[in-house]
Amino acid sequence: MPAPATVACRGCDLVQRLPVIAPGGKARCVRCNDLLAARPRYAGEHSLALACACAVVIGLANALPLMSLSAAGRNASTTLAGGVLQMWAEGSEITAVVVAVCAIMAPATYVLTMLAVLLAARRDPVPRWAGNLLEWTDRVRPWSMVEVLLLGILVALVKIAQLATVTPGGGMYALGTLVFLLPWFVSTLDTEGLWARVRWVAVPDSGVPREAGP
Amino acid sequence: MSLTLQGAAAAGIVTCDECGLTSRAATATAPGHCPRCGEALEWRRERALQRTAALLLAAAILYVPANLLPVLDTTALGSQQDDTILSGVVFLYQSGSWPLAIIVFIASIVIPIGKIVALAVVLVAVQRRSTRDPRRHTRLYRLVEIIGRWSMLDVFVDTFVVALVQLSPLMSVRPGPGVVYFMAVVVLTMLAARSFDSRLIWDAAAMGKPHDK
Repeated sequence: MPAPATVACRGCDLVQRLPVIAPGGKARCVRCNDLLAARPRYAGEHSLALACACAVVIGLANALPLMSLSAAGRNASTTLAGGVLQMWAEGSEITAVVVAVCAIMAPATYVLTMLAVLLAARRDPVPRWAGNLLEWTDRVRPWSMVEVLLLGILVALVKIAQLATVTPGGGMYALGTLVFLLPWFVSTLDTEGLWARVRWVAVPDSGVPREAGP
Repeated sequence: MSLTLQGAAAAGIVTCDECGLTSRAATATAPGHCPRCGEALEWRRERALQRTAALLLAAAILYVPANLLPVLDTTALGSQQDDTILSGVVFLYQSGSWPLAIIVFIASIVIPIGKIVALAVVLVAVQRRSTRDPRRHTRLYRLVEIIGRWSMLDVFVDTFVVALVQLSPLMSVRPGPGVVYFMAVVVLTMLAARSFDSRLIWDAAAMGKPHDK
């Protein structure tokens, strides 16, 4: 463990000394209760394994049909991309693009980028580009809406069940798995630990340490 | 009308918005670049109040067509029916799936209105230098950031109903013009929340207080 650092709360800008955090523990701001830092119980190899698992399950969720429907002897089924394409074909292009981003691109980009970061983190010091990718994952993550997507599909399924017989497909089970797997993966990530090992852009100038010390 | 910065900023300590490193600013006027990730440092997110207010106003305006225009257009055996967000909830309730009706009601009606009102309350508090409970305002803002994404639910529901019910001429469902507006409301409120900077709540609260310490 490095020496306790002085940090400013990102929620309220109060300067405070970070306590030593036990594995699995969190530190919160004394004033606004915002999260200051967290230390996952498992990190490193654990994260790498979960990232690979997430990548495989995302692949399955995209490849397999989500659900199929039969009414009056006719059948139809759809995949994630199928939903997006249908929306585009029906003239809701903007909606199609946003659904594609939130349901397909953001989760896949997040997991694959993190996988690259974790592989890069096996080197020491961690190369600069891993830092750039970490910033990128931070921007992508809010738009990855796997859990909202699953609930949305379930509601759609119930709605359609009034009109025809619907059967959930393999993609649905993959998505259901991902809803648990993805937050588990995120919870093992030690982002601050990764940042701490990334090669700095600037060498602290003229011997004056620029990191706010005690 | 600008705020006097408090907290770490008053001590010349700046936190990088990208990588979270706390460092000493180069000068008070220009904090320089983050020594770790190279990002330009800012005391507070740039023009946070104006950006949040603009995005929020746009969301509030688009919220009207989002609810008035139909989101789904069902054609079954010659009969045709238009559904808005609210009538979709009513349909779910009447067809006996009231737990789902409640979920959709919360995600599509309560959360969007709640987000717009909550962000407006926080913005007004900062603008008026409110000293009342900055902690509660910060918590309100965090809540908006966390649950905002759930209002995308109806967009996903509509997409997959449209994708699957394609059995023409027997029955088909097409997206209505309301979906785009509703989706825009969700995206704009999410962007509004991300543009804001909760540290401004504390700057404003400290400024509103008479100097009595």
